[in-house]
Amino acid sequence: MIAPMNQPPQPMPIAADAANDTDSHAADTAHSPPHTHGATTRIWHWVNLVALVVLFMSGLMIFNAHPDLYWGEAGNRDEPSWLAIGNANEQGYLRIGGLEVETTGVLGRYRNDEGSFSNRAIPPWATIPSDYSLADARRWHFFFAWIFAFGLLFFMVLSLINGHVRKAIAMRGRQWHPRVLWRTVVDHARLKFHTEAGEVYNPLQKLSYIAVIFVALPLMIITGLAMSPGVDAALHWPSMLFGGRQSARSIHFISAFALFGFLIMHVALVLIHKPLTLLRGMTIGGGK
Amino acid sequence: MTDDTSGASSPLILSRRALVGSLAIASGGLLSGCDVLNANQGWRDTLRLAETGNMVVQRALLGRDGLAREYSPRDIGRSVPSNGTRSPSDAEYVAQASTGFADWTLAIDGLVEKPTRFALGQIRAMPRQTQITRHDCVEGWSAIGKWSGVNLGYLLDRVKVRDSARYLVFHCADTLRSGPYYESIDMIDARHPQSMMAWALNDELLPIGNGAPLRLRVERQLGYKHAKYVRRIEAVADYRLVYGGGGGYWEDSAGYEWYAGI
Repeated sequence: MIAPMNQPPQPMPIAADAANDTDSHAADTAHSPPHTHGATTRIWHWVNLVALVVLFMSGLMIFNAHPDLYWGEAGNRDEPSWLAIGNANEQGYLRIGGLEVETTGVLGRYRNDEGSFSNRAIPPWATIPSDYSLADARRWHFFFAWIFAFGLLFFMVLSLINGHVRKAIAMRGRQWHPRVLWRTVVDHARLKFHTEAGEVYNPLQKLSYIAVIFVALPLMIITGLAMSPGVDAALHWPSMLFGGRQSARSIHFISAFALFGFLIMHVALVLIHKPLTLLRGMTIGGGK
Repeated sequence: MTDDTSGASSPLILSRRALVGSLAIASGGLLSGCDVLNANQGWRDTLRLAETGNMVVQRALLGRDGLAREYSPRDIGRSVPSNGTRSPSDAEYVAQASTGFADWTLAIDGLVEKPTRFALGQIRAMPRQTQITRHDCVEGWSAIGKWSGVNLGYLLDRVKVRDSARYLVFHCADTLRSGPYYESIDMIDARHPQSMMAWALNDELLPIGNGAPLRLRVERQLGYKHAKYVRRIEAVADYRLVYGGGGGYWEDSAGYEWYAGI
């Protein structure tokens, strides 16, 4: 089980990186990265990581101000919420729909550093800033939102122009075949990572990158804009697209956690697969 | 047995440990680093640049008269929850409330040609404007309600606001922990067609929780801008010269942004 996992997959030169692969040193050949990422991808990847982590953690602090989610245009303490984090009878809870679980110690109620109980929804270790400050969290959030939004726009446009999307990320016709998809899923579950010759990514990787880059990340921006009363007055479509401001807020939250799930999977797969080689491929570039 | 002797899975377990461990370390390091940054004035000023960007972009998108969305009567919710001051305990306000605000007046002064003190009855007799709009709180919740009152621009025309007036400061009758509540808006929002001094909510006189007897509606901004219990409107050249200089109670005491369009 271990052996095939640790074997380097066949090198897959693609046009943009052919030069790197042809004049690689002997030492590098043994650990030849499966793919040398272009500079645009590498820069964006890390800038985006920083932005998303700050956005996620400052967003969790903002959520502390009203840890309830609703569907529709309006929603407040007098309306039913579909998700709530809170505390009652000295116990923290998370409620989703009609399902309530006790979360004392993690969400809704926990001991703080002084040993007394705190009733904040999200604990300090997960938020920026760690203290309760809606004003500060909003400043962090909106500053990094600009970096995130322009970074994504820059990466999307450049990747479409320079062919990165077409060459590396776009699904080939045969890859949509259910049998091919199923085999990739099974291979992943067995920790066998295999990429076809001439391809940078396997179909499952491609689908997750498409889902992240072209669906989840843009969704964060549009749902974020939909929550702004100023933007909503100027452009009605973002909030109407999602069925109202509170729906947009809910989708913002769900999409944020989907991205967090992606981050965990992504890091786990890198660690399980070939951490140093992959890390080199995404930082200094490798190959040269 | 928790001790897994199967060689095949040990790299995975190591990886999991490494993953959880590195996440915890990353989170700890990141957090203390962020808290240090958060206390740094230079960094705070940098973050605020984005807020200036938000206002510039929003104003460009909105134009002067871009309207907040209006809703139909069936969209009106169970309530418009009361936040901040729910019932002022200030002696003067309590006395006014006990008589049904019979003697309440709204003074408009400062950089105006005809400083005037309007009786509540006069204001209620002025041309009535009604709109069903969504109130968005900075905390994240929203409520749709039907607001009626007098257009703010109409009042400004009555007192003839001078050209030197750049902002309106709304002085309120409620005192919170660190002082009296107040807010300020610029003349773009003051002259916006939906801006009004509201005295009714959902076809009834404004309840105390929602700012009786008079409150501001400035529909394109967050709830804390919508000053409640307003008793004086002052036209000024610069809001930075009044109270704490932030342009509002929460701006001064909690660091909220003066422009609350996002």
